[in-house]
Amino acid sequence: MNTAAQPRIENDSRRRFLHGTAGLTLGIYLPGAVAAAARGGQALVTASAAPAFEPNAFVRIGTDGTVTVISKHIEMGQGAYTGIATLVAEELDAAWAQVKVEGAPADSKRYNNLLFGQVQGTGGSTAMANAWEQMRQAGATARAMLVAAAAQTWSVPAGEIRVSDGVVSHPASGRKAGFGELAEAAARLPVPTEVKLKDPKDFKLIGKRAPRKDTSEKINGKARFTQDVHLPGMLTAVVAHPPRFGARVKSFDASRAKAIQGVEDVVPIPNGVAVLARDTWSAKKGRDALSIEWDETSAFRLGSDEIFQRFHQLAQQPGAVARKQGDVDDAFRQARQTLRASYDFPYLAHAAMEPLNCVVRLGKDECEIWNGEQFQTIDQTAVAALLGLPPERVTIHMLYAGGSFGRRASKDADYVLEAVHIAKAIQGRAPVKMVWLREDDMKAGYYRPAFHHTLEAALDDQRRITGWRHRLVGQSIMAGTLFSGMIKDGIDPVSVEGASNLPYGIPAMLVDLHTPTDIPVPVHWWRSVGSTHTAYSTETFIDELAAAAGQDPVAFRLGLLGKHPRHAAVLKLAAEKAQWGTPLKKGPAGVRRGRGVAVHESFGSYVAEVAEVSIQANGALRVDRVVCAVDCGTVINPDVVRAQVEGGVGFALSAALYGAITLKDGVVQQSNFHDYPQLRINEMPVVEVHIVASAEKPTGIGEPGVPPLAPAVANAIAAATGKRVRSLPIRTDELKA
Amino acid sequence: MVNLVVNGTPQRVDVAPDTPLLWVLRDTLQMTGTKFGCGMAMCGACTVHVDGQPVRSCVTPVSTVAGKKVVTIEGVDRGRVARAVQDAWKKLDVVQCGYCQSGQIMSAVALLEKNRKPTDTDIDTAMSGNVCRCATYVRIRAAIHEAARSLA
Repeated sequence: MNTAAQPRIENDSRRRFLHGTAGLTLGIYLPGAVAAAARGGQALVTASAAPAFEPNAFVRIGTDGTVTVISKHIEMGQGAYTGIATLVAEELDAAWAQVKVEGAPADSKRYNNLLFGQVQGTGGSTAMANAWEQMRQAGATARAMLVAAAAQTWSVPAGEIRVSDGVVSHPASGRKAGFGELAEAAARLPVPTEVKLKDPKDFKLIGKRAPRKDTSEKINGKARFTQDVHLPGMLTAVVAHPPRFGARVKSFDASRAKAIQGVEDVVPIPNGVAVLARDTWSAKKGRDALSIEWDETSAFRLGSDEIFQRFHQLAQQPGAVARKQGDVDDAFRQARQTLRASYDFPYLAHAAMEPLNCVVRLGKDECEIWNGEQFQTIDQTAVAALLGLPPERVTIHMLYAGGSFGRRASKDADYVLEAVHIAKAIQGRAPVKMVWLREDDMKAGYYRPAFHHTLEAALDDQRRITGWRHRLVGQSIMAGTLFSGMIKDGIDPVSVEGASNLPYGIPAMLVDLHTPTDIPVPVHWWRSVGSTHTAYSTETFIDELAAAAGQDPVAFRLGLLGKHPRHAAVLKLAAEKAQWGTPLKKGPAGVRRGRGVAVHESFGSYVAEVAEVSIQANGALRVDRVVCAVDCGTVINPDVVRAQVEGGVGFALSAALYGAITLKDGVVQQSNFHDYPQLRINEMPVVEVHIVASAEKPTGIGEPGVPPLAPAVANAIAAATGKRVRSLPIRTDELKA
Repeated sequence: MVNLVVNGTPQRVDVAPDTPLLWVLRDTLQMTGTKFGCGMAMCGACTVHVDGQPVRSCVTPVSTVAGKKVVTIEGVDRGRVARAVQDAWKKLDVVQCGYCQSGQIMSAVALLEKNRKPTDTDIDTAMSGNVCRCATYVRIRAAIHEAARSLA
């Protein structure tokens, strides 16, 4: 194992200011790696036979005028390809139609995420924050060189040349040329070291709707996902995973599996047994025909009830301190009134539409991978270590991912390594497409961790909050992974995000955390990570406190947000657009209606949502409408922002209504969409998205629409019924009239 | 051997008769526009048309479509309704990850072939078998109405 090449991830606070985004900033670097990363504006020698102009690692202009933008970030639905293309095209003054996008190869020197250090990857809603300056510089550099080429060719001063909509012109002489005509001349020029970026008032594309770059091929079946890769001679592998976490294969009998038409081989791998066949169906039949004896001596055998019992016990004791200010004990001693609530949140599966998969072609001294690739450097390094190869001998083709919601950003390259193990087990004699069936995707772990929270508040004579205690119990996502360096003083930052940075002005606060280490259920980031549970507990509890104080929930929050104008602004906007001040229209007889609000910051973006619900006498719940207000800094494409928030609302509502992975005697109880249901079109509320105009740097939008939804719905339920929902998913049988 | 007609082209495939149509399309014929999502007709990602009816190809044994006309996302745009649906999908930028969208479009086309002026309830009935984890439902609904308008 080549440990020198292992990436290390540390909480390197020095990096935080480098690119100035709020929220979680990961400092990740490869010890011993060449420090100098090629940034936008740095030349790459291109020895391509096809005459093309490639001023940097991010832009290529063909002689036919096509501008190819190379995206180091994966497109998994969040609109990254479109956003990155917008930034380049803006500064290049390209016509939108001439721009296409291509996924970058794995190369941490050229394509590292500037917010991750020396690591290439997409996550934490960082794509646009990372791209904002780098991609505009890449476009501006290419433009400057096209202008210089035109000036030279036409013997006119560069200052007199204009570029607009993909046309370079010299108005005084009437000369004009497309980018393609100037590409070869531009390629021979030196790359400028400094370029001037546009004044935002001159933006033509940024801030306006540009059609998505990936729509055309996603509506005719041509978009290529990992699931669609076909290589000559390729075998499809389906894996039998252990029924319980920690179990191992003791022995297996493959004779019945091998008798099935199409099955080519059956091989043991570290986490199970793989059946390789000429097609997926034969591989599945082969797996069903396996008989496997599992060694379950170290298997995990607890159920969800026992896990929560442990969590509840832990919550009786103080935990590691994540935030402490003022004299909390004194605030509670002096309190006129105290309130307490506790909350349970289940494990959640990502359940992206494309189940996990990975294609591997193993050569003698190299390995080629096709994957909806979200953490290039981690996967590349892990595969190289397994095979004893230098990382640059591991080529990774980044394909579209059919959703991910965090799952493909593997901390330990789990499913990619599983595919490589299979290819290795057959000595690379055929390329392998490993396919997880939906049941594997749901049962094989890597869930949003289950959490238990308790909150307590002290109120004074005027019903002001004087003290706040928030205790969280849940497994750490980062512990034991490459990210463990980010854990400081027992605090995994993503366990407490959204709780430890609560914006409300409360004089005395204590936030502490228990991190059980004896539960081996694999946990993972899930769209909006810690905020999936912290936004819920804090925003429903603050709502209870507003009620206790006899105040309007919006006014009560605004009174506590004096130092947080961006929270206050989205809250006010959402309230205004939802006509918060006017009574909600009554439902038909027997239907209770209610309106609730929540506001939350995640990944540097601020979102407030107002939900309106209707509840039948039998408890049946419908979320009718959700009004959202968003501040994600400078908006690159308002339509993509709206789409992400609309989708975030639906994604979050799915979890609030149905999401629960449960265990019984260590066995995951859910297997497919019949017992892990998803929101369907008939349950989708009307969604309105309003965007706060901002000149701040862009922050993320893939995740921040998710956190406020469930608490806004729960607060609306409380408004309609008086009942407080303290565990998710919502149980409608408890909402009966 | 099973004979079927896919997007107007006769195909003869040598597979076990219980093989779901989905895997014949994807693995045998290498037409990968039709997607695998759940394998039990719960998500609709695999929706194709058999003799004009939307079916979940993941639970349809290929032997049951012998001699029938199968239309997939790769061939659906020969029809005017499908082109209107795809244009509406483009106009409203419905897609996000895109993985379920072949199935969404096949279900939407089947709806509009039968009903040129669907109500929201008609849309719910026809489309609730198609899961989208990106929850593009707001735009799917709007795009179906848009396509209906353009076909009027």
